[in-house]
Amino acid sequence: MFETLITYLNFPFVRYALIVGLLISLCSSVLGVTLVLKRFSYIGDGLSHVAFGAMSVAAVVGLTDRLLLVLPITVVCAVILLKSGQKAKIKGDAAVAMISVGALAIGYILMNKFPTSSNVSADVCSTLFGAASILTLTRFDVWLCIGLSVAVAVVFVFLYNKLFAITFDENFARATGTNAGAYNLILAIVIAVVIVLAMNLVGSLLISALVIFPALSAMRVFKNFLSVTVCSVIISAVCALVGIIAAILLSLPVGPTIVVADIIAFAVFYVAGSLVGIRRKSV
Amino acid sequence: MAQLSCKNVSLGYDSHAIISGLSFEVNGGDYLAIVGENGSGKSTLMKTVLGLMKPLSGEIAFGDGVKKNQIGYLPQQTVVQRDFPASVWEVVISGCLSGMGIRPFYNKKEKRRAADCIEKLGLRGFEKRSYRALSGGQQQRVLLARALCSTEKIILLDEPVSGLDPKVTAEMYSAIEKLNAEGTTVIMISHDVAAATRYARHILHIGGEVFFGRKEEYIKSENGKKFLRAGGNENV
Repeated sequence: MFETLITYLNFPFVRYALIVGLLISLCSSVLGVTLVLKRFSYIGDGLSHVAFGAMSVAAVVGLTDRLLLVLPITVVCAVILLKSGQKAKIKGDAAVAMISVGALAIGYILMNKFPTSSNVSADVCSTLFGAASILTLTRFDVWLCIGLSVAVAVVFVFLYNKLFAITFDENFARATGTNAGAYNLILAIVIAVVIVLAMNLVGSLLISALVIFPALSAMRVFKNFLSVTVCSVIISAVCALVGIIAAILLSLPVGPTIVVADIIAFAVFYVAGSLVGIRRKSV
Repeated sequence: MAQLSCKNVSLGYDSHAIISGLSFEVNGGDYLAIVGENGSGKSTLMKTVLGLMKPLSGEIAFGDGVKKNQIGYLPQQTVVQRDFPASVWEVVISGCLSGMGIRPFYNKKEKRRAADCIEKLGLRGFEKRSYRALSGGQQQRVLLARALCSTEKIILLDEPVSGLDPKVTAEMYSAIEKLNAEGTTVIMISHDVAAATRYARHILHIGGEVFFGRKEEYIKSENGKKFLRAGGNENV
């Protein structure tokens, strides 16, 4: 088994997949903590469907570089959704549901009406579940992903304390002069970027899993913001690596395998968290 | 000059005024309680003073060395905070953020300030404890320490003792009293008129007939009598 792995690692596409998978899982888990705590975990799901819709539009129009269309549309939707969470005629969760289902439906109709290849259902399947796209990455994709991931990491480190403040208590932050609106906007843009990136890895349906699972797992065991953040990054990276390698060795679809790894990690942390809780009570 | 002065202010949502023509002043070292029934606009007034909302008309001005955004604030607990993974230290020091501009990390001075505020509220030894595992009274003290981190001049407390048992309530009030004695101006929103008249020196009663003045006058006023009686506090 180990030798098979070494053989596979000789292929550049496998190495690309590992690099990109690792980076995307790092980015999404870092944001996951903030999103879950801000009660925005559903936003990943909504935006990923928007990205799916945009992707089909790009395919129909025949754009060679689909990201040029997908990224701006997703960013705009992210901004709208985050804004609507605060004051809106349509409540945040309902707005997400509307946009998400709408984008999914339009995307699917477009793909059906203007098929770009002979096998529409395979196309849809791979956009939704990321079936093989991570194994067909080009050198350019990898560099783009590295660049954007570094940008996300830098933004996160620099805004770490501010993000904590607006997540823990947005009104207090606003009242004491932190420009919460601006930071929310940056957050929305970063989320959109991460989601568009993550579509390559797990496909649009499973992105939420990457965002939510590591954060929830870490929160079972750890009790402060810094350790939760660090732990969820580690969980996410380990799950992505294990998932990709398992998928290659057992010839499973990559995205869902990563998600299964995340589910297993959650189960482990859930049990660990309960054990810690019992021990604390008995002391 | 007053630290906070409201002149002929009207407040409300969507141009529908809840309060109009409200004027009052708060001077350095004052202890003002804002009382009134539910829905009388206490929270709206507070949000407006904090700059979270704009007044419909009138003027809210800060002076005497207090800048806008230099008000410490003790909000009511939110659902989000109840299961938020944060240590006491992380919560308290986040109060220092206001003075940082775009600088990303806390410096030595801010860390010392957070440590001082923790000391002041009797929370030493709790720094690494998890906020969500603390009792209600301890959580309130942590939030009060955070408010002090942002300024020691003037703090605004929104129902600081709601949900606390009588013993912890008394402790909370004495902690607030101590801060006030050390020179911090206190503005407190409360629906507990008995406590408000016991601890505060000035009362602002809103909703219906507006009263603003010293608490001794309030207790004698018709409005005050009625309100105190309604609260079942005939013995005050």
